[in-house]
Amino acid sequence: MITFRMNNLTVQAEPGSTILETARFYGLKIPTLCFHEGLTSWGGCRLCVVEIGEGTRAKLVSSCTYPVEEGLVVRTDTKRVWAARRMMIELMLAMAPGSKVLQDLASEFGVTRVRFKPKNEECILCGLCVRMCAEQMDAKAIGFQNRGHQRKIATPFNIKNPECRLCGGCIYICPACQLRCQGPQAETTLCNACLTMAPTCLDHYDDLQCWMYDNGQCGTCVREKSAAGKIAETTAASHHEPKVR
Amino acid sequence: MADKKQDVPTIIRKHKSLKKNLVAILLDIQAQHNYLSPESLRVVADALRMPLIDVLGVATFYRAFSLTPRGEHTCLVCMGTACHVRGGPKILEEFERRLEIEPGQTTKDGQVTLETVACLGCCAIGPVVVVDGEYHGHATIRRVGKILEKYYKPSPSDSPAS
Ligand code: SF4
Ligand code: SF4
Ligand code: FES
Ligand code: FES
Repeated sequence: MITFRMNNLTVQAEPGSTILETARFYGLKIPTLCFHEGLTSWGGCRLCVVEIGEGTRAKLVSSCTYPVEEGLVVRTDTKRVWAARRMMIELMLAMAPGSKVLQDLASEFGVTRVRFKPKNEECILCGLCVRMCAEQMDAKAIGFQNRGHQRKIATPFNIKNPECRLCGGCIYICPACQLRCQGPQAETTLCNACLTMAPTCLDHYDDLQCWMYDNGQCGTCVREKSAAGKIAETTAASHHEPKVR
Repeated sequence: MADKKQDVPTIIRKHKSLKKNLVAILLDIQAQHNYLSPESLRVVADALRMPLIDVLGVATFYRAFSLTPRGEHTCLVCMGTACHVRGGPKILEEFERRLEIEPGQTTKDGQVTLETVACLGCCAIGPVVVVDGEYHGHATIRRVGKILEKYYKPSPSDSPAS
């Protein structure tokens, strides 16, 4: 057993396990994107970065690939970590603004601007599909090609690959293939609807009426949150007065 | 040289059909056949027992490999930072105009392939143009014609606009 410190807790982990695995075991939340339990860690998206070491020697590492060490000091949510994660989300969002996974992450981490030109690539090169195809489906039908800004996922010679089992595993696991909700801000680069929208049903009822138990996250029956974003008070008031003005 | 092409299986055997020699095998095929054809890549993948997609990953990663037949002459125009600020793009444009092709393409008569490169490590003599391994430093738009003349004799029927 390896003993080290994480967020000021003394934790223990099996040799060879990663920081991420240990954190999850102890219930500490680290966001991930290119990581999947059934696949080998790849360390591509850098969303799972944590800070290790102390003082001037502290550095960021990807927790999904970093093996635990005796005496390690890990901090999962520092200023630096959050800044790095926000930047990664911003960059990936500019690549594929149509991805629900990325839009949700943006809202979760308070990414409220995208300073890069949106590319609408529909792929963020996370490599999940490639590993899914190779490791779970044993097909090795798709892979990375080219490099630099021309890097892309493709089949050999861009034609239908007889190795492909048509299992759909690659599409199932792809974060960019999960299309964002088609709410009021469906066309923008940054949705942030989860931050700015509130379900409309609370204007009229005490309980959320969503049959998907989804807080209006699908974006269908929502309206913009009132100025201060305090839906509780406005709904309480509108309960008694008719809203027509 | 061109008359004594080694065929792909011979090249693979020369490298003992080892996976770790993949790059060397592909380099030899490129040198002998002027490009990596889909068939030769399939043969390599089978012989080394590798998924075809992995062979393609390597073949498309390195600029030394080409998946389409290269021309007799290769013309590299540097687009690295130093050459870029000294007018590399203008020089590339001139090559494009004269050869009537874009970077990555080969002239119709199969003579010249135009390519760009990101820094050749001799920024001091930029902008740099390399034809068949021969370096031409301090390239200017006016010298493009001269450089081409040395290697490229367009047939009079389809002479490019000059
Ligand atoms: S559908 Fe084809 S390419 Fe996608 S994971 Fe399955 S076998 Fe691989
Ligand atoms: S296609 Fe999807 S799963 Fe594959 S690398 Fe791109 S974003 Fe990732
Ligand atoms: S989840 Fe660790 S780098 Fe992507
Ligand atoms: S930038 Fe052209 S040689 Fe360095």
